[in-house]
Amino acid sequence: MPKLTIDGIEIEVEPGTSVLQACERLGIEIPRFCFHDRLSVPANCRMCLVELERSPKPIASCANPATDGMVIHTDSELTKKARKGVMEFLLINHPLDCPICDQGGECDLQDQAVAYGLDHSRYQENKRAVKEKYLGPLIKTFMTRCIHCTRCIRFANEIAGVEELGATGRGEHMEIGTYIESAITSELSGNLIDVCPVGALTSKPYAFAARPWELKRTDSIDVMDAVGSSIRIDSRGGEVMRVLPRLHEDVNEEWISDKTRFACDGLKRQRLDRPYVRKDGRLQPATWPEAFAAVADRLSGLKGEEIAAIAGDLADAEGLMALKDLMASLGSPNLDCRQDGAKIGEGPRSGYIFNTGIAGIESADAILLVGTNPRWEAPMVNARIRKRWLLGGQIGALKVGVVGPDVDLTYRKEHLGAGPRTLESIAQGKNAFADVLKAAEHPMVIVGMGALTRSDGAAVLAMARSISETYGAVKEGWNGFNVLHTAAGRVGALDLGFMPGEGGRDLPGILDGAQSGAVKLVWLYGADEFDVSQLGPDADNGAFVVYQGHHGDRAAHRADVILPGAAYTEKNATYVNTEGRVQRARMAVFPPGDAREDWRIIRAFSETIGRKLPYDSLTQVRNRLAEVNPVFGTLDRLPEEGLGDFGEAGKVGSAGFVSPVDNFYMTDPISRASITMAKCMDEIVGRASAAAE
Amino acid sequence: MTTATSQAEVEQPASFAFTADNLKRAKEIIARYPEARQQSAVMPLLDLAQRQNGNWLPRAAMDHVAELLEMPRIRVYEVASFYTMYNKTPVAKHFVQVCRTTPCWLCGSDEITRAIKDATGAGVGETSGDFTVVEVECLGACVNAPMVQVNDDYYEDLDYDRTVALMDALKNGERPAIGSQTGRRGSEAASGPTTMLKARPRPETDGGTKKDKG
Repeated sequence: MPKLTIDGIEIEVEPGTSVLQACERLGIEIPRFCFHDRLSVPANCRMCLVELERSPKPIASCANPATDGMVIHTDSELTKKARKGVMEFLLINHPLDCPICDQGGECDLQDQAVAYGLDHSRYQENKRAVKEKYLGPLIKTFMTRCIHCTRCIRFANEIAGVEELGATGRGEHMEIGTYIESAITSELSGNLIDVCPVGALTSKPYAFAARPWELKRTDSIDVMDAVGSSIRIDSRGGEVMRVLPRLHEDVNEEWISDKTRFACDGLKRQRLDRPYVRKDGRLQPATWPEAFAAVADRLSGLKGEEIAAIAGDLADAEGLMALKDLMASLGSPNLDCRQDGAKIGEGPRSGYIFNTGIAGIESADAILLVGTNPRWEAPMVNARIRKRWLLGGQIGALKVGVVGPDVDLTYRKEHLGAGPRTLESIAQGKNAFADVLKAAEHPMVIVGMGALTRSDGAAVLAMARSISETYGAVKEGWNGFNVLHTAAGRVGALDLGFMPGEGGRDLPGILDGAQSGAVKLVWLYGADEFDVSQLGPDADNGAFVVYQGHHGDRAAHRADVILPGAAYTEKNATYVNTEGRVQRARMAVFPPGDAREDWRIIRAFSETIGRKLPYDSLTQVRNRLAEVNPVFGTLDRLPEEGLGDFGEAGKVGSAGFVSPVDNFYMTDPISRASITMAKCMDEIVGRASAAAE
Repeated sequence: MTTATSQAEVEQPASFAFTADNLKRAKEIIARYPEARQQSAVMPLLDLAQRQNGNWLPRAAMDHVAELLEMPRIRVYEVASFYTMYNKTPVAKHFVQVCRTTPCWLCGSDEITRAIKDATGAGVGETSGDFTVVEVECLGACVNAPMVQVNDDYYEDLDYDRTVALMDALKNGERPAIGSQTGRRGSEAASGPTTMLKARPRPETDGGTKKDKG
């Protein structure tokens, strides 16, 4: 292993480590613009120059591997002079518009100019000006500020897998852009804003909205998909200003999807900020006691089996716990959290989680995708598969087979077939991909909701399990069976057993009951993703609907009583991601108006009907969670579970799998209320479908 | 420099495809490159496309080349925009490139520019009738400065009158003899050979240039 001396300190590093990384190991900061840990190294900004003894000139530390006997000086006169020189060159064409630049206060160039630059400019000539580029509804450009580090180009090529950005022209006329002035068609494009070290690429929806030092930062968890990306919510006053990614190596690395980042403007629109009660056919504003009284009135005299509860996709564990306990005290077995009718949740936990873990994808050498379009259902999972695929040359090629929709996933894959018949042939070993799985050391099977929400879902699940078992996807130290969820609250709800009890009705049963009159009251906890009309036209010709949630979305219009709840940015809540990882979202702002945290609403209501739930504080609810399922006693841990028995062998249909996400930008009440997401849909989904026709 | 070269707004043809003949040539060019390195053919193919399309390269042609080489379009745009010899905007029948780098400038390229303007009406960066005139950096014929390139041909040793005559000849549809317009051979000294006068007899030539031989 090479041993080198940096600023008089000797250090031994792994072969292949760059000088810059070696310096970092010693805690020495090296300024840089083009170098990024997760991107290739172009060494074109020259900011990381350091002095190497016996070298005629300073070296770019990011691109030079540490070799034995190097003597590096990062604090010498030569190094300082080199940095000053590079900085002066960079600033020649960089405008002095920091006061009107959105990057101000969190700008690498600004910070490093202060730390390493000259205090004045010797440049007298006119600066270069570059016309703005159009990159779509999410990214605002100001290309005069660009310093040509090419991080954005490398991000688009390497991580996002859309080769649409490039450097056109040359020399002083070099410009970054798409050349054809079109939107970037990537669900990860928002990360371009983060990788840009200057103010050339900034957030369009956040333009001129706030300065970083005005914002309150809250570390939280995203709920736009079931990945549970780590996010930072930046808020000012009672308003969420923006959402940024937070580092979590095992989940989202340092990226987030565009929906996670940009749907936050949906939190300000269509909000339910006070209780409503339907009187004379119209929803009228009411007070909490009035709303509770209306529900209590209707409840009195109802038998347990005449009451039902349906949990939505964004439901947090605390609220689910309270609602489940409330239903139990009312004697109702009619609970369901599977709005899409997925045939999961019976049997062991390993039957409904992403057992391998997202980071585990990097060890896989064959992946079978069943009924899923991970690019839209879980962009972070897809980015991880692409990362593994790109590593191909180094650790052996990754083979990806797809049974289901044939879409561009940004990596090479083999489309094996559309539906369960293909899966059957793989299970029987008749398909060539069976041999690929058999030969693989760490094969993975990823089953999406598109395969499980069908009437033959249980049989498909059983088939996927048998493929996993027969082809060695489940063995000592490796569990390659995975279910990819699309709803952030789903795994938590399944963990709590928010499912039909003994003799209870599932979702279709509840809907049938509502129409036949057997179910008289339905409590919807943020449930908007099913056909609400099946609850009957109104309370007299169907069920009395209590809607508890934060957006006036589909179900709220049918509700007879609305109890305003809190969105994910407004409550301290527990979510379990698709891996079975228990994570905590934290309150960044207060819920609007009279809205309250969800478990508190249910707890308060339980008291008005004389069935007081036994918890008064968040800690007590969480203790109750851990009591019901010990996983809630853990935090941010990837469960290790063997495979049990689940699914139900049976005949499968022939219809092809369809991904549940047909529009990436609008999948839940928050993103449906977001103007930014609507613009993306017009621009990107609209264009894609126009091209397909 | 305060200007930026953005893509000029020109009317782009809706589609472009190689003619059968050119497609055959394109295939031949692609075949010269080793397996999995076919994208290296991007430059000759762009040149071929430009020649087919009246000496300029519309976006549809770049897209066509990208498709043929199975590479992302932006990678082709990068190449085409990097090299100045790909014309991204339409040019007239006679594409006149005036070298105005130091040696030519010292030898009177300003006069050449003036002559062209007088004879064709097109100044630098302009198009008039059948002539598009642009300024270029050194074309490597300094010893015969000043010079211009018209489409693929070099015309050297120019002055005001010879340039006007050249433009007039082009206007009349003639194709004047290429190379030095003073009749000197190749890049020999302007005053005639000064060395090796007796070493061997000069072969009889018609005043061809290095371009002819090359």
